[in-house]
This record gives sequence, structure tokens and C-alpha cells, in this order.
Amino acid sequence: MATQKVKRKSVSYAKWGYIFILPFFITFAVFTCVPLFSTIYNAFFENYLIQGWMQVGPNYVGIENFEKLFSVDVNLGKYFYNTFVMWIMGFIPQIVFSLLFAAWFTDLRLKLKTGGYKIIFYLPNVIMAAAMGMLFSVIFAPGGPVNDVYKAITGSTESIMFFENEWPLRGVVALINFLMWFGNTTIMLMAAINGIDPSLYESAQIDGANPRQTFFKITLPLIRPILLYVLITSLIGGLQMFDVPKLLTGNGMAADRSAMTIVMLLDNHLYSKNYGMAGAISVILFVVAAVLSLLVFAMVKEREPKKKKAKAQAEKGGTK
Amino acid sequence: MNKIKRFLAGSLAVMMAASVMTACGKDEKKNEKGFDAEANAAAAKVGKLVLTKADRIKQEVEGSEASKKTLKIYTWNEEFKDRLRAFYPEYDAEKSVVGEKEYLKDGTEIVWVTTANENNAYQNKLDEDLAKQAKSDDKIDIFLVEADYALKYVNGPYTKPVSELGVTDADLGDMYEYTKTVCTDANGDLQGVSWQATPGLFAYRRDIASEVLGTDDPAKIQEMLSDWTKFDDVAKKMKDAGYYMLSGYDDAFRTFSNNVKSTWVNKNLEIVVDDNILNWIDQTKKYTDEGYHNGTSLWAPEWSANQGSAGKVFGFFYSTWGIDFTLKDNAQDKVGEKDGLYGKYAVCEGPQSYYWGGTWIIAADGTDNPELVGDIMKKLTCDATIAEDITNKTQDFTNSKTAMEKLAASDFQSEFLGGQNHIALFAKSAPNIDISNMGPYDQGLNEAIQSAMKDYFTGKISKDKAFKNFYTAAIEKYPELKKPASK
Repeated sequence: MATQKVKRKSVSYAKWGYIFILPFFITFAVFTCVPLFSTIYNAFFENYLIQGWMQVGPNYVGIENFEKLFSVDVNLGKYFYNTFVMWIMGFIPQIVFSLLFAAWFTDLRLKLKTGGYKIIFYLPNVIMAAAMGMLFSVIFAPGGPVNDVYKAITGSTESIMFFENEWPLRGVVALINFLMWFGNTTIMLMAAINGIDPSLYESAQIDGANPRQTFFKITLPLIRPILLYVLITSLIGGLQMFDVPKLLTGNGMAADRSAMTIVMLLDNHLYSKNYGMAGAISVILFVVAAVLSLLVFAMVKEREPKKKKAKAQAEKGGTK
Repeated sequence: MNKIKRFLAGSLAVMMAASVMTACGKDEKKNEKGFDAEANAAAAKVGKLVLTKADRIKQEVEGSEASKKTLKIYTWNEEFKDRLRAFYPEYDAEKSVVGEKEYLKDGTEIVWVTTANENNAYQNKLDEDLAKQAKSDDKIDIFLVEADYALKYVNGPYTKPVSELGVTDADLGDMYEYTKTVCTDANGDLQGVSWQATPGLFAYRRDIASEVLGTDDPAKIQEMLSDWTKFDDVAKKMKDAGYYMLSGYDDAFRTFSNNVKSTWVNKNLEIVVDDNILNWIDQTKKYTDEGYHNGTSLWAPEWSANQGSAGKVFGFFYSTWGIDFTLKDNAQDKVGEKDGLYGKYAVCEGPQSYYWGGTWIIAADGTDNPELVGDIMKKLTCDATIAEDITNKTQDFTNSKTAMEKLAASDFQSEFLGGQNHIALFAKSAPNIDISNMGPYDQGLNEAIQSAMKDYFTGKISKDKAFKNFYTAAIEKYPELKKPASK
């Protein structure tokens, strides 16, 4: 009787959890869902300003905005490609360095004092992206310090025009994104690694595993969920890349529009408050982001049976 | 339980994706004017460029008492602020603390709303707030505009003609004609006035001129630069002597773009690239390939550095305001020390006459201080004595023929320009400025063509591709425009 009561009580407590997270869902509905659907609605209208005051529309135009976006003239794929390339160029070093630092900082045998480093690594993220953009536009300017060093070393009199050439420009954007985000990722991965049972490392050590083996065979597989989380957030953040390239490229026109991201294209349409076209780009971006998120989400689900297999294998190995 | 968890996890994933959209949620805010009759009337105009003066909007709400005691001014930089502070007699310098609170002598408080020009931010802010003016009790009194987009506001619904502010034709008689044309609407009513006229000029280094051309006399240099063929010859000499003729790609742009034969956009809303713009493209390509310029861009730090003593650039296309506002500071090694190239510049008209920039004062319709606004206009822009004072103290070329001709005939000298009386030069050229091909799309399309062509100049892409990029950018900015049929 008594045990039954306890059981029922514990069930009734659970609903409070949902009540407590209700405010989030309400604000989410009001401030995210409503604008979300209104954007989708707007995407089917012609709606812009001429000369800042002559309102055109809103006139229902069906899928005309989408037709325009997918026409050869607009070449929408180019901007998705630019965005993706700049994201991946920043993300690969970001994840490599974060893993390396996280592994070092959590290594019990190295006994590093990491507090200061953690703060320093995280600092670039505290600075506004716009400020980082301004800073780097000065550092990589034709008369900036990077070119001074380059000229001093090579004896060349010509500056490297970082902001006029496709790959250097994308490289600088990627570098800024990398610098801004690797500290954040490091801290996240450190938390993940600290969550691993230390006895696993001890037993690996006793079995004679070298640090490299422990990293690849123990650390990496066990922090996989966090790695996937980092991947998703970074991917979605990357799709929204805007302020840094905007500042470095003068509205994206630089280097044959090769560093113009999809959100910058959207922003260009807001020059005339063109809500129709901007809405249509938002919808496409939403679809792409949703598909990518669901894809990664599916990968997380797939992991479970694999893990069991791995466990079974580990057990097998153990009996050997 | 598991199901709920899965639902929560799933909705979180969707939310993350959704946050992509809220981040770009700016486009949500529906325009309040959304569906009204005026809107549909305007929509009917699409397809044809009709330059008529828009009907003014009835002020539905009167300004509050507090609004009547404040003078709210929209601007993008410090220039007008400095002029008002230093030269408007009613400005209360004792009571005002710049950066905190500023007052006029009658107790009116001045409120500056400053938005930087970058990325069209100033106009966006202005458009948004002017649209609210009729229903707001906190009235905007004055806003400032530049020539490049003046027509947008002059023919728009948000201005109050100067005739309603007590500024009479007699007051305006002494102004240079083009400064009035800029702010005259399609019905012929004057909507704004300026305290300056801004004839373009070519500022050159006296030291380099003496070394390479054998003289630094402005009249003789002008003779050597009087048309583009001669200009090219001098450019070659400069290159041979180890100097650059110009600093960057867009230095000469204004000289060409102000001398076009047609406006940027024709009656059918098609973009027209004038022959003179094509001339600019050809010339700049040639200068880039030959190394006649130093590869900078206007306003870039390298461009400013080129004007200092370490620079190897012969000259800069500028305008009258640029001498004091920009060149003087850039030329000195340490601002205020009068060192470096101070006194080593001179100015001449250059190969083609043109104008560049200028700031106009416009009264916002619905202003609750019309007499005051009118008085500021009269004092700062119509008063010959104040105009002379401004020129004497700032070297700016002011909008008063009387004052300018007086100074032109006097022994007025600019210390910075090595004792040259540049006012005499411009008093001759200012009356000839022609702005008949100015249009409401100038700013956006000028910017677009300069940035699109840069890749062509540096050799990254073909001219055709650069034009394609230009049209793409233009239509992104102005969805109502069309590519010309042949392109």
C-alpha cells in the first residue's frame, strides 16, 4: 500500500516539470512560431518600397519569388556554396584544435593548470563579431601588419590583397570564425571528456595503451554525442553566417561575390524592404536547415544499436 | 514518457532550425502602411518611373509640449553640428554641453539623432521615423540629405517647402543655382537649402608637380590637365618618375558620373549605363594595368595614408569641403602641427567640371518649430555675413555669391594650400555646375557599379561578368528596376 502511494506521488510530480517549462513554449510560440509562419506567408507576396516611401503591394504572386530565386540570374546555389565552404574551412581546424586542447587539458598525467588558457581561448567569443571583423579588416589590410611581415620576410613590394581575392578572403572569414568558436568548443569537449569514467583510462593504462590509443579508442567514441551536438550547432550557426563576411566584403560584392553568404543575400533584399524576396530566401534557408538538422538527428538515433555492438565486442575482447 | 521525451527532443531540433529564421526575423515586421489606398496607387505606378511630388500626409497628431520645446535633427555626421554650434547666432554656447545637452538661446533643446551612413543605415532610420511622423507627438524638425539621394526625399511626402517656413525668394537669391535645383521637387517647389556649394577640384602635390612637371603654378598645372588626353599624358610622366597619378580605382569616378548625358534609370525603369560611365571603366582599367594608380579605395586607410608625406600620389579628386574636412588632416603627420604636407598642396579644376557631395537642410513636414527651422535656414544659408565668416574660419566654399565673390576679389589665402586663393577659382566654376542628369537612384547605382567593376579592374573577371554582377546587385537593391533589354 505504502509503496503504491509513493509511486503515484512521484508520477504526479512530473507534471510540474512540464508546467515549469511552459513559459518557454509560450514565448516560443509567440515570438518564434508566429514570425515563422508570417515569413512563410510573406514569401508569396510582392511587397517592397520604392524610394523609401512608395509601398508596392502586398500583392499575392504565388511562387513567383521562388521562381526568381531559382532562376539562372540569381544563382542561389552559389551563395549556399559560399556559406558552406567558409563554414567548413573554419569548422575543420576548430574541431581539430578543440579536440587537441580538450585532450591535453583533461589529461591527468600532464596536470596542466588550465584556468587561464580556458579564459584566453574563450575571449574572442566575448568580443562582438562585428568588432572582430573590423579588427581583422585592419590586420589584413594592404598596409596592415600581416602584409608588413609578409613583405619583410619575402622582400616583396606588392601587398597580398586579401580582400580582393576569392580564397584569401574566404580564408580570413574562416579564420575569424575559427578563432571565435574554438574556445567555446574546447570547453564543451572538456566537459564531455571529464564526464568519462576515469577508471576506463586507468585500466587502459594498465593494459599498456599509449596516449594515442586511449584518445582514439576511449575518448573519441565516448564523446561522440557531444561532437554531434557541436556539429549541429556549428552547422546551423554557419548557415546564418553574416556579420563577419559582411564587414570584410563591402556588402559581399568583393571578389566576384565569392564570400557572399545566403543571409547576406537576404540582407541585400532588405535595402528596399523587399519582404517578399527576403521571406522566400528565409523559407529556403529554413528548409535546408531543417533537413540538415533532421539528418544529424537521425544519425544520433542510429548510434544506439552500434553502441550495443561495440559493447558486445568489447565484452568479447574482454573474455579473450 | 518516452514518447514525450522524443517529442521534446524532436521539437528542440525543429526549434534550432527555426531559430535560423528568427535570426533573420527582421523581415517579419509588416509595414504599417500595408494595405492602404495610397499603397495601391503607388503600386499602379510600377513599370513606369514617374517623378511627381507625392501628396503630403495630414498630421493626425499634434506635437506635444515637450516636442515643441525640442529641436530634433537627423544627421549622419558632425559637419552640420559644427556649423550650427559655431555659426548660428541663437546657439547658446554657455548653457550647452556638447555631447550631453545643447540649447538655443530661447531655451529650446537640440536633440541630435545621428546614424552613420554605412550600409544605408541613415536613410533606413530616417525612412522608418518619417513614416511615423504624422501619428507621433514627438516631431522630427530637421533632417539632412546629400545630393545623391536628395530627390528621394524632395519628391517624397515627408518634406515641408521652405516657402512655408518664411524663407522668401529674396532670401534665396544669392545662392548658387544648382544648390536650389537639387532640392526642387517636380512641382517646382524648393524643399531644402544648403550652406555650401561643392564644386569638384583636383588637389595636387606642389612638390611632385615642381619635380616632374617643372612648375607648381595652379594655372599652368590646370593647362596640363585640362582634358582627359592631357591628363593621361601627365599620368604617364608621373609613372615614369616613380609616382602615381591617382590613389585608387574610384578616385576619378565622380568626375565622370557627374558629366553623364542620361540619368541612371530611364522612363521604363530600365538601367542605363551612360557612355561616360563606360569611359570611366575604360580609363580605370587602363590606369590599373599601367600602374598609374596605387590600388586603394576611397576612404580606405591606405587612401588617407596616400595623402600624407609618405604618399607617392600626385593628386586627388576632391570637392571644396574635402580640403578642410579630410585632406588637411590626412596631409599632416600630426594633426594640428601644420607639418608634413601642410602648405604643399594646391588645387585646380581638373579635366572636367563636376560637383561632389554637399549637405542640404530639409524641414520635416509636421515640424512643430517651423519659425525656428526657417530662421536656422535663413541665418546659415542666406546670410552673406555668416557665409563669409564660415569660409574664413573653415575654408569651406559657402552658398552665397556675394560673399564668395567678395572673398575671390580679396587677398584671401589658404595657408594649407600654400597661399592659394582657391575661393577665386571656385567662384568661377560654381555657377556652371549642371545637375540636370541627377536622379533618385544615383547613390545605390553609383555604389553598385564601383564595387562590381573592381573585380574587372583587378583582372579577376571579364567586363561582361562584372556588368552581370552590377545588374544583379542593382536589382537586389531596387526590385522595380530592369536590365536593359539588350543586356
